[in-house]
Amino acid sequence: MAASDAFVRFEKVQKSYDGEILVVKDLNLDIAKGEFLTMLGPSGSGKTTCLMMLAGFEPATNGDIYLDGTSINHVPPHKRGIGMVFQNYALFPHMSVAENLAFPLQVRNMGQAEIKEKVQRTLDMVELGAFGDRRPAQLSGGQQQRVAVARALVFEPDLILMDEPLGALDKQLREQMQYEIKHIHEQLGVTVVYVTHDQTEALTMSDRVAVFEDGVIQQLSTPQELYENPKNAFVAQFIGENNRLLGVVEKIKGNNCTVKLDDGTIIKADRVNVSSVGERSSLSLRPERIEIDPPKSMENHLTGVIRELIYLGDHIRVRMDVAGNDEFIVKVRNRADKRDLSEGQKVKIGWKSSDCKALDVR
Amino acid sequence: MRISIHFREPNHMTSTTLDQKDISDASADALIMVDGVPLKQKLAETTKKQRSRALLLTVPLVLFLVISFVIPIGQMLFRSVHNPAGSNVLPNFAIAIQDWDGKGYPSEAMFELFVKDMQNARKKREIGKTVGNLATRMNYTIPGTRSLFTSTSRKLSKVTEGPYKEALFKIDKKWENKVIWRNLKRVSRDYTIAFYLAALDHKFDDDGDIIAADKLYQIYVSNFFKTLKLSAIITFLCLLIAFPVSYLLSILPLRTSNLLMILVLLPFWTSLLVRTTAWIAILQTQGILNNILVSIGLVSDDGRIQMIYNQTGTIIAMVHILLPFMILPLFSVMKTIPPSYMRAARSMGATPFTAYRRVYFPLTLPGIAAGTLLVFILAIGYYITPALVGGEDGLLISNLIAYHIKSSLNWSLGAALGTILLVTVLVLYWVYNKLVGIDKLSFG
Repeated sequence: MAASDAFVRFEKVQKSYDGEILVVKDLNLDIAKGEFLTMLGPSGSGKTTCLMMLAGFEPATNGDIYLDGTSINHVPPHKRGIGMVFQNYALFPHMSVAENLAFPLQVRNMGQAEIKEKVQRTLDMVELGAFGDRRPAQLSGGQQQRVAVARALVFEPDLILMDEPLGALDKQLREQMQYEIKHIHEQLGVTVVYVTHDQTEALTMSDRVAVFEDGVIQQLSTPQELYENPKNAFVAQFIGENNRLLGVVEKIKGNNCTVKLDDGTIIKADRVNVSSVGERSSLSLRPERIEIDPPKSMENHLTGVIRELIYLGDHIRVRMDVAGNDEFIVKVRNRADKRDLSEGQKVKIGWKSSDCKALDVR
Repeated sequence: MRISIHFREPNHMTSTTLDQKDISDASADALIMVDGVPLKQKLAETTKKQRSRALLLTVPLVLFLVISFVIPIGQMLFRSVHNPAGSNVLPNFAIAIQDWDGKGYPSEAMFELFVKDMQNARKKREIGKTVGNLATRMNYTIPGTRSLFTSTSRKLSKVTEGPYKEALFKIDKKWENKVIWRNLKRVSRDYTIAFYLAALDHKFDDDGDIIAADKLYQIYVSNFFKTLKLSAIITFLCLLIAFPVSYLLSILPLRTSNLLMILVLLPFWTSLLVRTTAWIAILQTQGILNNILVSIGLVSDDGRIQMIYNQTGTIIAMVHILLPFMILPLFSVMKTIPPSYMRAARSMGATPFTAYRRVYFPLTLPGIAAGTLLVFILAIGYYITPALVGGEDGLLISNLIAYHIKSSLNWSLGAALGTILLVTVLVLYWVYNKLVGIDKLSFG
């Protein structure tokens, strides 16, 4: 993406609260118009701080933030025209749902009739058309959530920020709301910056995901790229389930390398971020990419001892002891022709070298 | 202080709690247990023991309240209408005089009973039943009659036979005044509203009709209004000062706000007397504040401002003393308002002022309501501070009550004033409840 296309742009942004620790370290990020970008990371990784700087509630200690080409560093929050959905919704308890939605329109001095029409239209959009007279406290968690989204949308901002909006909901409702928010985004074409620590949420909803850790974006790419080709050990660990094998790089050849595990086993893997022979590396391997009784064509063949079997319906989780790692997980699809497995059994496993990423050690 | 009357529903009522309510509403009357007992009855049986044990725990408090609160207040209410001085001192006369129609003089028989009762009372000298008691009581109705009773009592010991009427008239010409006898008839009744009339600047005239009291004695009603006015001013000033302080306390980090909170509570740990005396040192005409004003040339040396021993002194000292009662409920309410509300308002385009006015301020109303009610009711009955710094002008109604209880010993009038004060507070409370809703208060 060319720099001029960026709708939101962080340029060399740094942030410190106490003058001692940088919570955000040299952030450079371009967000395109209409994009759904998620900032994903564990708590304390700086993602919410970035959102607050964008919303205008926290000043950047250094660097510039641009919105639609102009620097907004010195624009107060109420003049930025950014819609925001808060973690606990922040619905005003002394106002009805309709009054909550009317608030942003009233402060813009819109006419009564226009306000009424817009409020109703937005409420209908989130399927709460009949709830305008209720107080927020009279609504369920999911309904409150939808009101919060509606309130951020009602004044038609070009940019909407969401700060872990689904955190307070139970699992089922959360999944449903994920789709609803995604559909609203597709319908309206607004730009969304979404903050969460839930990786499933990030993968489901986003066009691109920025993985934050320690105030730095570790990787910025599409959900698929993030899962398939993690750039470093942190991303591999944080996104999805991951088996980790530790060893020393033996040989490097282009994008491939050979790693000698601590118990002496030699593994062929994709070289991602190891640079020299003799370096320690952690191999990252997705559980569903491992085969039991592998075909000859797979480059890596090992033997493992089954320690535990967990039946999960669509698949069986097999925990086994492989190359000295007894937390090694293999997912076996529950097919009609699957082999019978039992605890203590010795089985042959294998995987393709392209599914095995040689990453740095953390 | 931890009076919890919370009005705010939990922020997130989930769908499950709503559902549960529906279920219980729909099936409460129909459910029968497997052994044929209705659910409600079964539930009452199983919780009965628990409830009675809980009740038992409250017994000491109930007893304490009855002894320290219900009985004294009941006594006060009773005393304000019940004053048996007449019938105590003149038991036989008090009954007989009621047959007199108030025209002419009472009959000779009544005069005889009067003289005999007076002689008896002088002889026995029982506490509360002396001629002095009657004289004091009569003095409330007709100022200046005290000595008439006491001196007559002394001289009556020589009177041994009738006609008693003439004997009395001989002792003192004042007995010829029929007004005395009419009042004596009224005083002989145990129950009277005379003290309420007095508390409201009214009295019975010589014919027993209710009329306004003499201008000189009209002090109570105006004092009631003055008390209400000063309390309102004090409450308003407290709110004005407490609001920003509470806001500051609520947004500061916990460590700092705790430290500042100690400063707010510090006055509680200092003797009321010390605090009030400090104000005297600061505000008196030769005090610190005046000295500073003179030294910087704002006022001339002979133009020193009178800031104490008047209403100003009462207001200043009482605002200081009652301020914590405003800060605490305000603080506890403000503490529960998440900062995200203001942020949400700002993100939607509201200027800081609009966000404050339309979002923050309405949410503090329960605290404001609680604080103003608390301060106002405390102020309306305040006694020590106005007594010390109020001078004559800054005296409140409670000081008058104290005067009647402690100095003039007209307990019935004091009780009547106290009862009127109590009723006033209850009426205000009722109006307040109608306006704000007591369930909306939050004391923190």
